[in-house]
Amino acid sequence: MTETRFSDLLDSPLEVINVGLEGFAEELLADGGEVVHVDWSPPAGGDVEMAKLLSKLGA
Amino acid sequence: MSDIAHRIDQANDEALRRMLVGEPVLVDVIPAAEAMPALKDHMILHAGPPVKWEDMCGPMRGAVAGIAMFEGWAPDLETAARMAGEGAFDFQPNHHFDAVGPMTGMTTIGQPVMVVENRAFGNRAYCTINEGLGKVMRFGGNDAEVLDRLRWLRDDFGPAMGRALRAGDGIPLKSLVARGLTMGDEMHQRNVGCTGLMLRALSPAMAKTASDLGALSKALAFIGGNDQFFLNIAMAMGKAIMDPVRGIEASSIVTAMSRNGTEFGIRVSGTGDTWFTAPVEMPEGLYFPGFTEADANPDMGDSTIVETVGLGGFAMGAAPAVAGFVGAGNASEAANFTRAMAEITSGQNPEWTIPALDYQGVPSGIDIRRVVETGLAPTINTGIAHREPGIGQVGAGVVRAPLACFHQALRAYAEKMGVA
Repeated sequence: MTETRFSDLLDSPLEVINVGLEGFAEELLADGGEVVHVDWSPPAGGDVEMAKLLSKLGA
Repeated sequence: MSDIAHRIDQANDEALRRMLVGEPVLVDVIPAAEAMPALKDHMILHAGPPVKWEDMCGPMRGAVAGIAMFEGWAPDLETAARMAGEGAFDFQPNHHFDAVGPMTGMTTIGQPVMVVENRAFGNRAYCTINEGLGKVMRFGGNDAEVLDRLRWLRDDFGPAMGRALRAGDGIPLKSLVARGLTMGDEMHQRNVGCTGLMLRALSPAMAKTASDLGALSKALAFIGGNDQFFLNIAMAMGKAIMDPVRGIEASSIVTAMSRNGTEFGIRVSGTGDTWFTAPVEMPEGLYFPGFTEADANPDMGDSTIVETVGLGGFAMGAAPAVAGFVGAGNASEAANFTRAMAEITSGQNPEWTIPALDYQGVPSGIDIRRVVETGLAPTINTGIAHREPGIGQVGAGVVRAPLACFHQALRAYAEKMGVA
């Protein structure tokens, strides 16, 4: 198994999957990076009470 | 999959099945008192969840005063308003009487109502006749022109349309709506295609049963001159389709969405006929010349039953012309509304398809769990009334159902399911 060092990651062209906040993807794109953006947000917009109910209701 | 998830899925499958097998047929036009025996003298049915006179918005109050004059309960608007404040009228939601009404939604004993029968289940639903655009009672209009038109609908047009329908076996609506979707209608803010199809379907029998050619000509011109004539039929159809979906244990599907100009309310199959309400929101849209957002009344009407069955804002992809009319962006963006609504519904309607979306069925069966999970509130296409009584329609736009209704509904539903 090959060990990848963090510095190796920064030395090679970045290929990024960005999850959630689209602003990060836009910044990377503006700097010429290659980005796939995944439109995601936490269930119920992060409302803990609603998320718990949804979980109990099989959603 | 957990037991509860399986139970909910089964219940929601049954809810969607009942929606899809509905067979709505326009069968008659009769006086409201005959259609709804529980509707009594001095009773006024309104749009939305229950609302008291003191909480009613301007156009709703204007319509109440106007309809009281129409029924002969008050000699003028001022007296009618005073009587309303003194409790002379019994205010009830249309939805509690198997009925729906657009915008202010006034329904009283003397008005004619169109009857849609769901032949798959045997239930009936009712809606008054669409009055046309501009200064009309559904937008809070109440002057002599408005009341004269209502009298003509009661005395001439309604009986003529009823005679024509009774001369045949009714007009099936499911296939008619399917054709309307291919003609650019979404059945809420665009009904041009379906109104034309209805005119074609009604004309022969109206001619055959007419006794006066002048009256016939006026009646046909009224239908042909009102692009929104079909809206009220689509609403009664929606109500007739959704009522058999009520009361399915464990179903999280929405059976009604409705607004009274002050509050937005929803009902959910698994929680019975309880309303879950929150303050209505302000539509974003385009205004007729001379009017601005400062003139607008917040969201109002039972017409959201159209979205509840998967049409209106849910079928925006079928009606790119509407996107421009309601200020929702470019025609090419219309499909995005339909795609978004597919994320909060439990299925598609294979009989109501959208050609521009490769014949995707309209998103059907709003699941409160998906609404809360995604934060995507149902999109509604709507007319906009002036905030003051007596003026009428000032624009059209798009509005979202308040998420707070769905949060409340989810709490009650979870309690009902024993997991709160």
